[in-house]
Amino acid sequence: MKYIDAEQVQKKLGSRLVLNNLAKRLFFLATLVGLVVLVILIYRVVTDSIGWIDFDFLTSKLSTDAERAGIMGAISGTFWLMLVVAPITFILGVGTAIYLEEYAKKGRFQAFIQINISNLAGVPSIVFGLLGLTVFVRGLGMGAVVLAGGLTMALLVLPVVVVSAQEAIRAVPQFLRDASYGMGATKWQTIKNVVLPAALPGILTGVILALSRAIGETAPLVVLGIPALLLPLPDGIFDKFTVMPLQIYYWTIDAALVAEYANLAAATIVVLLVLLFLMNSVAIIIRNKFQKRY
Amino acid sequence: MTVITPNKNSFVSDVSGTSSVHNQSDKNTVFQTKDLNLWYGEDQALKSINLEIYENEVTAIIGPSGCGKSTFIKTLNRMVELIPVVKVSGEILYREKNILEKSYKVENLRTHVGMVFQKPNPFPKSIYDNIAYGPRIHGIRNKKILDEIVEKSLRGAAIWDEVKDRLHENAYGLSGGQQQRICLARCLAIEPDVILMDEPTSALDPISTLKIEELVQELKKDYSIIIVTHNMQQAARISDKTAFFLNGEVVEFDNTNKIFSNPSDKRTEDYITGRFG
Repeated sequence: MKYIDAEQVQKKLGSRLVLNNLAKRLFFLATLVGLVVLVILIYRVVTDSIGWIDFDFLTSKLSTDAERAGIMGAISGTFWLMLVVAPITFILGVGTAIYLEEYAKKGRFQAFIQINISNLAGVPSIVFGLLGLTVFVRGLGMGAVVLAGGLTMALLVLPVVVVSAQEAIRAVPQFLRDASYGMGATKWQTIKNVVLPAALPGILTGVILALSRAIGETAPLVVLGIPALLLPLPDGIFDKFTVMPLQIYYWTIDAALVAEYANLAAATIVVLLVLLFLMNSVAIIIRNKFQKRY
Repeated sequence: MTVITPNKNSFVSDVSGTSSVHNQSDKNTVFQTKDLNLWYGEDQALKSINLEIYENEVTAIIGPSGCGKSTFIKTLNRMVELIPVVKVSGEILYREKNILEKSYKVENLRTHVGMVFQKPNPFPKSIYDNIAYGPRIHGIRNKKILDEIVEKSLRGAAIWDEVKDRLHENAYGLSGGQQQRICLARCLAIEPDVILMDEPTSALDPISTLKIEELVQELKKDYSIIIVTHNMQQAARISDKTAFFLNGEVVEFDNTNKIFSNPSDKRTEDYITGRFG
């Protein structure tokens, strides 16, 4: 005897297919929400910024006159900030990842550090701002300069770099390490000649993504007391500075006083978005180019 | 290094009266293990291994999967230590020095005892850089010397003619069989005394396998070779001595002819006639 009745199957088929179709539409809708919001956002800032972004806007200094104001200061501030953040996160992040993956014995201590790094990645950025204010700006008496901001940002994005570098190192196949050890190489020679070159694309991807997060971060710098109204351009890591997201923040607030400031803010957002887009693209290109070589 | 070791011990730890290879006084001992035991955590993988390996011979290690044959040769260059939970007891004498002593540096040992792995594992670098890796690790920077080593090693692994025009191309572009010979050449480049081979042909096609087997015959003139294989015909074809491992013990160790024509132990016979394993 048969348990599955063909007639029954036929009868229920209609509603099954309807449900099937419904599921597909529902999930597409969920995707659409995010997409629509993004499009609206980009449309708003782009329309607001039309006519405001030109070469002068990028190369002029700040001014109270909206027509003459530019973001040269914020761009160079961002540049100097990255100059501090990039090497520090790279060295500390990759160093930590190498230690945890290649040297640390798998045990409680390693697990403890691992959990802390994961937790650190979830700490609100404003808390890092407070840390930076206490330690770098006041404790070490640096003031609100590039170095203090950079160190704070470096600590903020460090967990991202550590975790992605760890993943990249873990993905290096053991047989490559074996080959190196098998010829009498020391651990450091193996790491330097085999593990790091193989893991570098993954590490770089992580570093770039971390930097793009640091570029957009605002809250910790507000806490550090980074000004927005700054005329002189920074010349080094011990100079005062401002960055693009802060500029956006203050211009948005001041739009209540001068309406055109809203357009300046929108224009700066577009510049910042383009920069982030470029950085993420580079990260994706690196990742795709070096993926799956083994 | 011309100390002649008369063989007082039987090669076989737990089977008596089987050895017909006592009169080996013309050959030097390269490796000698004395009561070698090894544990992975709680599991004992090697049980009281007493073996003696001679110079310029091919010693084959055969046995069913999980019998400890790979573990055994990885112990000879201490690669087994890369696994965190391993514990070893007993002695392994390499050229009469116990390599299990803390004072014996693995980096030094592995320069004398090279290894070819189961799966071809060239570095994702050029052919040249693969071969030059070992010499560079040991401090050779001179371009001319490196060139010479690379050519000599590639010739030694019978792959020079195939790759001499593309030394600076990535080794990943080669076929599996070629890659394995690159790995062999890379091993020769550190000028080892002993070459350990852990199932070097198990990932290769029959023709590539044949090439490696021919090479082994050629190389034993200058090197002592220990080869793990799950292929009994291969062991019979290329080795001078064969050790049969079972459940972490050496059941029988003797001349290859003897093992394959007239084994002393019932279990060896069962295994080589294909009744199990």
